[in-house]
Amino acid sequence: MMSFIHKRIKQKIAFSFFGLVSLIVVGILFVILGFIIFRGISVINWGFLTQMPEEGMTKGGIFPAIVGTLCLIGGSMIFAFPIGVLSAIYLNEYLKETWLKKFMRSMTNNLAGIPSIVFGLFGMALFVNKLKFGDSILAGSLTLGLLALPVIIRTTEEALKSVPDHLRIGSYALGATKLQTIRRVVLPIAAPNIITGLILSISRVSGETAPILFTVAAYFLPKLPHSMFDQAMALPYHLYVLTTSGTNMEASRPMAYGTAFVLIMIVLIANLLANAFRRYFGKRNKMN
Amino acid sequence: MTTTETINTPHVSHMHKVETFKAEAKGVNLYYKDFHALKDISLPIKTNQVTALIGPSGCGKSTFLRLFNRMNDLIDGVKITGEVMLEEQNIYRKGIVVDELRKSVGMVFQKPNPFPKSIYENVAYGLRVNGYDHKDSIDEIVERSLKQAALWDEVKDKLKKSAYELSGGQQQRLCIARALAIEPSLILMDEPASALDPLSTAKIEDLIYELKNKYTIIIVTHNMQQAGRVSDYTAFFYLGELIEYDKTKTMFINPQNIKTQNYITGRFG
Repeated sequence: MMSFIHKRIKQKIAFSFFGLVSLIVVGILFVILGFIIFRGISVINWGFLTQMPEEGMTKGGIFPAIVGTLCLIGGSMIFAFPIGVLSAIYLNEYLKETWLKKFMRSMTNNLAGIPSIVFGLFGMALFVNKLKFGDSILAGSLTLGLLALPVIIRTTEEALKSVPDHLRIGSYALGATKLQTIRRVVLPIAAPNIITGLILSISRVSGETAPILFTVAAYFLPKLPHSMFDQAMALPYHLYVLTTSGTNMEASRPMAYGTAFVLIMIVLIANLLANAFRRYFGKRNKMN
Repeated sequence: MTTTETINTPHVSHMHKVETFKAEAKGVNLYYKDFHALKDISLPIKTNQVTALIGPSGCGKSTFLRLFNRMNDLIDGVKITGEVMLEEQNIYRKGIVVDELRKSVGMVFQKPNPFPKSIYENVAYGLRVNGYDHKDSIDEIVERSLKQAALWDEVKDKLKKSAYELSGGQQQRLCIARALAIEPSLILMDEPASALDPLSTAKIEDLIYELKNKYTIIIVTHNMQQAGRVSDYTAFFYLGELIEYDKTKTMFINPQNIKTQNYITGRFG
């Protein structure tokens, strides 16, 4: 009896401790979010979102940085999404379990592990200098796209793996080819999770600073880009500039918090969208 | 039910042969890597009859079934020798397009596996992937197939609803309708009722009995009573070998091999 009670008490203490730790984790997240929102929301107004920066970036808005970041998100996804999805289909649906598949998969994982500043350096060497795109939205998008590729490939592969094999086999048994099976059975089922992966990689890409540092980001450029060969401002880099190298750091500090707020909102909205997508389509495709 | 002596159908009656089979395995060996899974199997499949494949788990009966639509091709490391004939053609000869072959062989699986599509689209699937796109004729074939599968009355008002709203037994009949829509010359059933309740099982068995008027059926089953009820011929497999093949009635009353007798009477397996 004694040892029984002893066991119960031990368990209670242990789980109280685990609970406390996870509470701290959640707490930290809320503190960060709360801090940014509290500091940032006071500068958020229509003008801040739609005007050019003025007076050494201590007044005005961050409109070109928002536009720049949206261009980079769009550009990187146009490049990375089809390539990522197609190679994931190839890896998961066509390639048999051989050394080649293992090799390709481990390379994809390694790609995900490369520090983003290295991507930046590589992007500068290849896209900016070698291919002579210059500092441009194109070069930045391609660099960010490389960074997003492993994320997209991995989430797509997971999405394809979650499609039960007995559906593929049922399709083959009716005389469908592999391609028809992928197009008509596998992809419709996997689509919501693939889209979720896309949105998550958008939130990853939108916050990256290092890869755009040498490839696209402008310190101060109070006009909108006209083509993909133009330089552009971008939110994460603008935040960095406002915090470390403005002309009047004290005056530009509130602008920095405002920028951080906008950036976090973009990421938050992307994540909420991803969740809503998964729920909506997940219900529609529910497996029995 | 009677086991008919004549196996002639309009399709084969004009051929001047004593006996033609819908399908036939001739000296088939199948290796899975180093494992010899089917050992020199020769077995005729008679037209418009139900042939049951029985035997303990791992005896090779499902593998044998999958020879006829080359589903074993999907598994890595499978090697097959010998001939498998379907409508007088060796389906393992060079030049056979496997997708085309599978159009003429319907298959029903152990677990109902409808696609996450509407009831209508499930039945139409085989037509669409094979290039039919005439809406009126698809409508017609969908209705006919669902009627043949004894499901029409239950689903005619909700064809656009998801197949997942059906019960397990209905889903399995939908899968049968899906297989019938491509007008196969042979239907393979891999324990089609093993995941179903007794009532749904009875429905599937009635359906098999109906279908043999038009189709040739091979069914794998673990259930001796089921084999006795639905089949005209039975083949008993054991450790990759075909031990005995005969009319179901004959085999169940008077098995020739002691292994068959032991299995049928439930002494092992």
